[in-house]
Amino acid sequence: MSGDEPAAGGLGASEPRGGDAGKLVESTFVQAIAAALARAMRADERVLVLGEDVAEGGPYTATAGLAEEFGRARVRDTPIAEGAVCGVAIGAAQAGLRPVVEIMFIDFITLALDQLANQAAKAHFMSGGQVTVPMVLRTQGGAGERSGAQHSQSLEAWLAHVPGLKVAMPSCAADAAGLLASAIEDPNPVVLVENKALYFRRELIPDPPPPVPLGVARTLRRGRDLTIIATSRQVHDALQAAEWLADEGIEAEVIDPRTLVPLDLETLGESVARTGRAVVAHEAVRCGGFGAEILAQLQELVFECLEAPIQRVGAPPMPVPVSPPLEDAYRPGAEQIHAAALAAIEWDKPEGVSYARRGAAAR
Amino acid sequence: MLATMWRIRCFEERVAQLKRTLQVPGLIHLSIGSEGVAAAVCRQLSDEDFVYSGHRAHGHAIARGAPLERVLAELMGRRDGLCAGLGGSMHLVCRERGFMGATGVVGGNIPLAAGAALAAALRGQGQVSVVFFGDGAAQAGHFLETVNLAALWRLPLILVCENNGFAEFTPRSAHTVLERVSDVVAPYGLERKTVDGGDVDAVFGAFGAFLARARAGRGPMLLECLTHRRRGHYEGDPERYREQLAEEEWRALDPLARLQERALERGWLDERAAAALAQRARDEVERAVAFARSSPYPQPELARELVFAGG
Repeated sequence: MSGDEPAAGGLGASEPRGGDAGKLVESTFVQAIAAALARAMRADERVLVLGEDVAEGGPYTATAGLAEEFGRARVRDTPIAEGAVCGVAIGAAQAGLRPVVEIMFIDFITLALDQLANQAAKAHFMSGGQVTVPMVLRTQGGAGERSGAQHSQSLEAWLAHVPGLKVAMPSCAADAAGLLASAIEDPNPVVLVENKALYFRRELIPDPPPPVPLGVARTLRRGRDLTIIATSRQVHDALQAAEWLADEGIEAEVIDPRTLVPLDLETLGESVARTGRAVVAHEAVRCGGFGAEILAQLQELVFECLEAPIQRVGAPPMPVPVSPPLEDAYRPGAEQIHAAALAAIEWDKPEGVSYARRGAAAR
Repeated sequence: MLATMWRIRCFEERVAQLKRTLQVPGLIHLSIGSEGVAAAVCRQLSDEDFVYSGHRAHGHAIARGAPLERVLAELMGRRDGLCAGLGGSMHLVCRERGFMGATGVVGGNIPLAAGAALAAALRGQGQVSVVFFGDGAAQAGHFLETVNLAALWRLPLILVCENNGFAEFTPRSAHTVLERVSDVVAPYGLERKTVDGGDVDAVFGAFGAFLARARAGRGPMLLECLTHRRRGHYEGDPERYREQLAEEEWRALDPLARLQERALERGWLDERAAAALAQRARDEVERAVAFARSSPYPQPELARELVFAGG
């Protein structure tokens, strides 16, 4: 698969992570989003943006400048009515437009789930292919801003569970722009789950960032001992953990699937078959998280190659606490990934049957 | 319109029989009693307009021009159905006739109709979007959210409510304090009207006036049609919650009988022509039954192929 990159190492906030090394510009994640939206709107007059406060730029400035350039007919502020707004985007898409709708926090997607799961995801299938829904839904999740249990969740697994929806989780500015460009071109409903904690990281990105095909993972670091598969913000935690592991003489491969649906199982499977050990890390709660699905698919695919049980890193089964030390303890990070990696590395086949021995560090 | 209504009536009655003998699978909701609304509204639309409907959608699809045999094949899950057998009774779509979709989630696609209306407004070619729904849907959040948005954006959307007095098994009085759906939207300033849905002329006239204004960019509007749901909520519904109407009471409400009587009175057609209209519809339905029965079930690969567009 494409998207590979030689061992990079480190979090380097200014490290280029784009496609070809042409002209590089400094950009934050949200600037890359806004620029990608503007490019799409310039290229295709069917593209329109709608959502709460989008004409004002939104609380994170991800749509800043669009209303000024394209006017309020194509950049439409909406009432706080996620269900109808999502439904309007679906209907507009069915009628030939290319709407990009923003749900300000993924926590509010609950209010639009009927529209997403029952209408958008099934229209093509139930119509026998007569109707398509080329819409994009952008939203963001993630903890760390002390915003409490209703503004901090990671709910992507709900969406990935519904056949007919594509789900992308960009971890850097270039991917955010590249996945968004591909999502707008796609004839299916695509949900982009961004992470608010990544929004203002500065990166050097290609100008313009190349489109990132949906369904192609990215290998950020090569390693022979262990594969760490991480999504969204956890990609950066995984790179940090890989640094620590390298200091301990363990070479970890780090892969960002970038899209959950479609999932680039080929790249993940090839890596895990080679290393024989894996950690799957995400910020969502472990129970029912998408990591469980990745894990299940990997063991179906490469069971014979596994040297140890695949470890899972995710949040504990509780709402996100608002109290700063509690939230910090809640959110899994580099330490948890590092510990899970060591558990995978140090795992030995137990003598006889023992249920006492389990993947140690994964919470 | 009379011909369309006969086609719908004969189709629905035949589907009821087929359902009793298990030749049609799944949940079936018949539209007997509201054929006049479907006929009077769809008659005035073009294929370029967008139409959405709810779970009681057979009549709307037929009035929109979907071929009877393909509607029936769809109900039976056959390959030659409108949706290749993947949609079924509650999810009929006939894209080439602008029938964008029906939904099994009550009120669930009212916002979609507003989205199509938004596309129409931005295109600026006078297209309109119409959504049929029942009075039960008017209590759903999506309905009022959509009314607000459509009013705010002045969308060319015509909301057509078939108020049959029952939300599934429950009478309107038991689930809302507002008797008229048209009163629900009053504060939003929508043009609105409540008509006798059994009076096809009244529906035709009221919808025609709204349509002209919607095409001129003066939407949205709501047309409430008071209808009688002749059958239960679904086929097989024991209907313990209401009394059956006596035959003469039904006849006084039946949009088809009323239009035909009026047509005979006014000399638009004679008894023989009226009988021929009904017979033609029955014949067409029988051909549809034969067609649907002979159509194979879709191949399993088709289902896998259609989860996503573009492979």
